[in-house]
Amino acid sequence: MKPFTYERVNSPGQAAQAAARTPGSKFIAGGTNLLDLMKLQIEAPRHLIDVNDLGLDKIEKTGDGGLRIGALVSNTDLAADKRVRKDYAVLSRALLAGASGQLRNKATTAGNLLQRTRCPYFYDTNQPCNKRSPGSGCAAIGGYSRQLAVIGSSDACIATHPSDMAVAMRVLDATVETVNPAGATRGIPIAQFHRLPGDTPHLDTVLGRGELITAVTLPKPIGGQHFYHKTRDRASYAFALVSVAAVIQKDGSGRVAIGGVAHKPWRVEAAEANMKQGAKAVTGTLLAGARPTQDNSFKLPLVERTLASVMHEARG
Amino acid sequence: MPDAGELELSRRDLLIGGAASAAVTAVPAAEAQTMPLVTEDQPSMMAVSFEVNGRAQQLELDTRTTLLDALREHLHLTGSKKGCDHGQCGACTVIVDGRRINSCLSLAVMHQGDRITTIEGLGTPDKLHPMQAAFVKHDGYQCGYCTPGQICSAVAVLDEIKAGIPSHVTQDLDGKPQASNLEVRERMSGNICRCGAYSNIAEAIAEVAAGRKKA
Repeated sequence: MKPFTYERVNSPGQAAQAAARTPGSKFIAGGTNLLDLMKLQIEAPRHLIDVNDLGLDKIEKTGDGGLRIGALVSNTDLAADKRVRKDYAVLSRALLAGASGQLRNKATTAGNLLQRTRCPYFYDTNQPCNKRSPGSGCAAIGGYSRQLAVIGSSDACIATHPSDMAVAMRVLDATVETVNPAGATRGIPIAQFHRLPGDTPHLDTVLGRGELITAVTLPKPIGGQHFYHKTRDRASYAFALVSVAAVIQKDGSGRVAIGGVAHKPWRVEAAEANMKQGAKAVTGTLLAGARPTQDNSFKLPLVERTLASVMHEARG
Repeated sequence: MPDAGELELSRRDLLIGGAASAAVTAVPAAEAQTMPLVTEDQPSMMAVSFEVNGRAQQLELDTRTTLLDALREHLHLTGSKKGCDHGQCGACTVIVDGRRINSCLSLAVMHQGDRITTIEGLGTPDKLHPMQAAFVKHDGYQCGYCTPGQICSAVAVLDEIKAGIPSHVTQDLDGKPQASNLEVRERMSGNICRCGAYSNIAEAIAEVAAGRKKA
C-alpha cells in the first residue's frame, strides 16, 4: 500500500468538504473492496476519510410508506431487517447471495454500490485496462472473458458490475441520495446511478467529486413474490455468472433485472410487458443488442433458463 | 456528470509515479497546513487504542497497518493467520464487537474503542472453548492453518443463527433459522480449508450447536 493520511469526520457535509479539499482522497466505510484494491495499488489514495461516525446506520420509514436505508447500514443488517425481509425480500435474498458472512458484516450499503469490477484484467496491473489506466487498452477483449459482460459493453471495456444488492435495488426502483461539498443534496434513480462503459470506463457512476452517498430509499412495497436466483460456479461465495432479480405478481406480470451481464444492473422495462408470455419472450427484448464474446455467449441462454426457473417457481 | 478535475487527476496518478508531490502543489498553502499530505516514502503514524481479548491496548501505527498485522506483528497474537490477505480465505477471521470480520481487510486505526476477540481470547490450552474442544474431538483440521479463523467464524455463526439472521439457504425469511448442516455449510463458506476437513468441521459445529440447544 502507498502511505496515506487518515481522518474521521462527524457529518456528511464535513465528509464531502474534506474530500473536495484534499486531492486524491477517498471515503472509507467497510473498506472490504477499497483496501483489497489499495494492497494491489490499483487504488492509491493519499488520504482516507473515515465516514463510519456519520450516524447513517439506520433504516427508517419514509413519509410515503417506503424505506430509507442509511449509507452505512451493513449488508448483514440490511438483509436481516424485518421490514426488508417482509416487504422487499428480493433485496434480502440478493444480499445473502453475495460475498461471505465476514464480508457482509463489514460491507455497507453505499460501499456495495461503489465496489469496483472483479474483471481479472482490472485486477492484474501488468495488463492493459481502460478502467484502471485510461487509454491503455482492454486485455479482456480477446482474452479470458467467461465472467464478463454480454450487453451494454463497448470497444473500450467489457467489465461487469459485481453487486447482487444493486440488481435487487434496480428491480425495486431505488433512489440513491447524496450530498456534495457545496451542501447540495440530490436523489439519483438507481437506473441512472451506474454508467455504461462507453469510452470512459474508468467512471463507474455519475457521482461528482466529493459527492457522498447518504442513503438509498425504496418506494413503498409493491407486493408480489420476490426472487433472487444467482447462477455461479460455486454454491456459495462466488460472483454471479448471471443472476435474476424478479418480483412477480399473482397475474403473472412483474419486474425483472439481471446481474453479471453488464457494467450496471440490467433492466429493460419494455421487456416486462412480455412477462405473461414466458422467459423467452422477456429475454428476447431484455437482451436485444447483446454482443457476447465466444467465451461468454453461454450467458444468453443461461439468463433465459434462470428466468424460466424463477417463473416456474412463481407459478408454484 | 463526469468531473473533469477528477479525471485529470486520476490520469496523472497513473502516469506519474510520484503523483503525491504533484497533488500537494495543487493544495492551497493554508489547507495544506491543516491537512498535511504524505509523500511517497513517508508513512503516516497514528495512535489507536482498543481492547483485545479483554485487555486494553494502545498502539502507534503506520496508518496502512491492517488489524491482522496489528494483532500479529505488534501484539504478537499470532493465532490469527494471514492466508490470502485479500478477504478470500477467512484465515484471519476475528470477532469485533460480536461480529466476525476479515481482519486483513480492515485498518487497525479504524478500530478505535472496539472490543476484539481472537482465537487466543476464546479459550486457553487448559480451558478450551467448547468450539475448540469440538474441533479437536472431531478432527476438524489437518494442517491447522485455517483453524483459528474457522473456530472464530464458527462461534460467530452460531450467534448469528441465534440472533435470527437469515442466510442464502434459509427457506423462510420470516422464520427462525436452525443450525442445520446446510445452514452451517453456507454460513462457513467464507472460510476455506485447503486440506478439505469440511465435513469434520461441520460435525464439530453441529455438536456445539446441539449442546447449546439443550442448555
